[in-house]
Amino acid sequence: MKPEEITDFVYDEAWMLDQGQFHDWLDLWLPEAIYWMPLNWNQQDPINETSLLYEDNFMLRLRVERLHGARTFSQKPKSRCHHVLNRPRIEEVSDDEARVVTQMHYVETRLDEQMLLALTVRHHLKRVDGKIMIAGKRVDILNCDAAFGNIQLLP
Amino acid sequence: MTDETQQIHEVIDRVIRPEQVHRDVYTSPGIFRLEMRNLFPNSWVYVGHESQTPNPGDYITTQIGDQPLLQVRHSDGEIKVLYNRCPHKGTKIAIDKAGNTGKFFRCPYHAWSFKTDGCLLAIPLKKGYQGTGLEGTEAAKGMAAVGSWHNYRGFIFARLAREGIAFEDFFGDSLSSLDNMVDRSPVGSLTVAGAPLRYMHRCNWKMLVENQTDTCHPMVAHESSAGTAVKIWESMDKTEDTPKPPAMEIIAPFMSPYEFFENMGIRTWPNGHGHTGVHHSIHSDYSAIPGYFESMVEAYGEDRAKEILGENRHNTVYFPNIMIKGPIQQLRNFIPLAADKTLVESWIFRLDGAPDQLVARTAMYNRMINAPTSMVGHDDLEMYERAQEGLMADGLEWVNVQRLYEEGEDLSQEAVLNGTTERQMRNQFNAWKRFMIGGAA
Repeated sequence: MKPEEITDFVYDEAWMLDQGQFHDWLDLWLPEAIYWMPLNWNQQDPINETSLLYEDNFMLRLRVERLHGARTFSQKPKSRCHHVLNRPRIEEVSDDEARVVTQMHYVETRLDEQMLLALTVRHHLKRVDGKIMIAGKRVDILNCDAAFGNIQLLP
Repeated sequence: MTDETQQIHEVIDRVIRPEQVHRDVYTSPGIFRLEMRNLFPNSWVYVGHESQTPNPGDYITTQIGDQPLLQVRHSDGEIKVLYNRCPHKGTKIAIDKAGNTGKFFRCPYHAWSFKTDGCLLAIPLKKGYQGTGLEGTEAAKGMAAVGSWHNYRGFIFARLAREGIAFEDFFGDSLSSLDNMVDRSPVGSLTVAGAPLRYMHRCNWKMLVENQTDTCHPMVAHESSAGTAVKIWESMDKTEDTPKPPAMEIIAPFMSPYEFFENMGIRTWPNGHGHTGVHHSIHSDYSAIPGYFESMVEAYGEDRAKEILGENRHNTVYFPNIMIKGPIQQLRNFIPLAADKTLVESWIFRLDGAPDQLVARTAMYNRMINAPTSMVGHDDLEMYERAQEGLMADGLEWVNVQRLYEEGEDLSQEAVLNGTTERQMRNQFNAWKRFMIGGAA
């Protein structure tokens, strides 16, 4: 993979989320990929301890379908989000695979409330049938152990 | 009766009726202050689990309402519960969530030091106090201990007040739910697994506690998450051997019909405790974990093992402010911070001696249902916050908890009723009223 392809992918994914193009976003994911958001700083075990998110394709699909549901009361009115990205840092790269880490600021807003989160986002990308796809994503929130209110969209 | 006691009686009598409660119990800062001064100190309130402080010198910082506390393992191996406050000038002794203090606590402000049971050990430049009468002050006694505390099968509860109801009298037969949760370990003990989820709620703490036995909301409020999960599953191309995604096993039962919840039953005990899921619950149909039943049979014998695992208590409320889920080893602590602000901590436990898959399922349940990032949690919090705002409406003053109410209801007796009753909420308010006034059962 070329560095531009990788960084473009990371920027495009964030843009999709900010535009609310959640179905397109789901199409970026390989079927076995997991979205992990640890609860603890430097958490190693996603299985035997609680995480904020550790979701497979079914759960991510549920999340997206729910956002569009007629009786999703916590999304009436809807939330909006906004990502600001630092330049992605490519840590490993081969012809068909890459690992990249990106510092981001994530803003989510609904009604009169607005929340800011500082994120370290790690993507594991794979090229499948010529297309770059997400093979795994880990999002570490800087204050992951703080007491939050609802975080409803996808940092 | 003093004038002040008289006044408290009048306030409390005004806001509680057998089948309705005045909105002030959720919205009034004055009533919140009375809760902190009367209700929480006179009740037995959850502090922490012994597995959080396994070795001498280990401590956790914790709280009961607005009271900062330390749970600490003393050099004699026993757990103590102390106020987290230097007796000199008030500085909190520890502020990290957990640590080991060695043989003594040392205040970071003036280096007064204390044994791990709170006794004053040393003061720098002590001669400056000679002849000042320090020894007669409360400062000389060291860090204050709470009124009483009790380790029940690893769970530490405290009563802040020096005098009051005894632990066993407060909980009575409701301890059977805690017993069942611990008995699910083949060796009869639990260990806290990792950090708790911490979730801030801008609503009154009692709304959360009431919701634990509210069986008429899941199919309505959680249609967006549980209903959507069922819809996706039904729309999928699948064969008979397609494994059910965990979301279906854990979230889908929230969409069970009213009849399911009616038949599951609610049991109430005196002093505000009670549980849903007398006959079955949303946890009843979880798939078996290989090797677990066998290890239970080996530990307890087949009949007893079946009896333990046959209990499917859903949510057990321990008045005033925790809920446990025996079948998946979870404890939720609803910590009141203000009339309209509550910190929710959701803890999970490992069953000592049982397969790892059990704690894995528990962790999955916790993040899917109780996280600030969980869809099911979003559904609930939205309802609480709307209620907190809606209750400000002056056109109506009362909150109705009348479902399946019968005149002359005797809440001093254990009872089992239709699972959609609001009796447990009335039971909590009945206890609330008595403990607010300072009395006990």
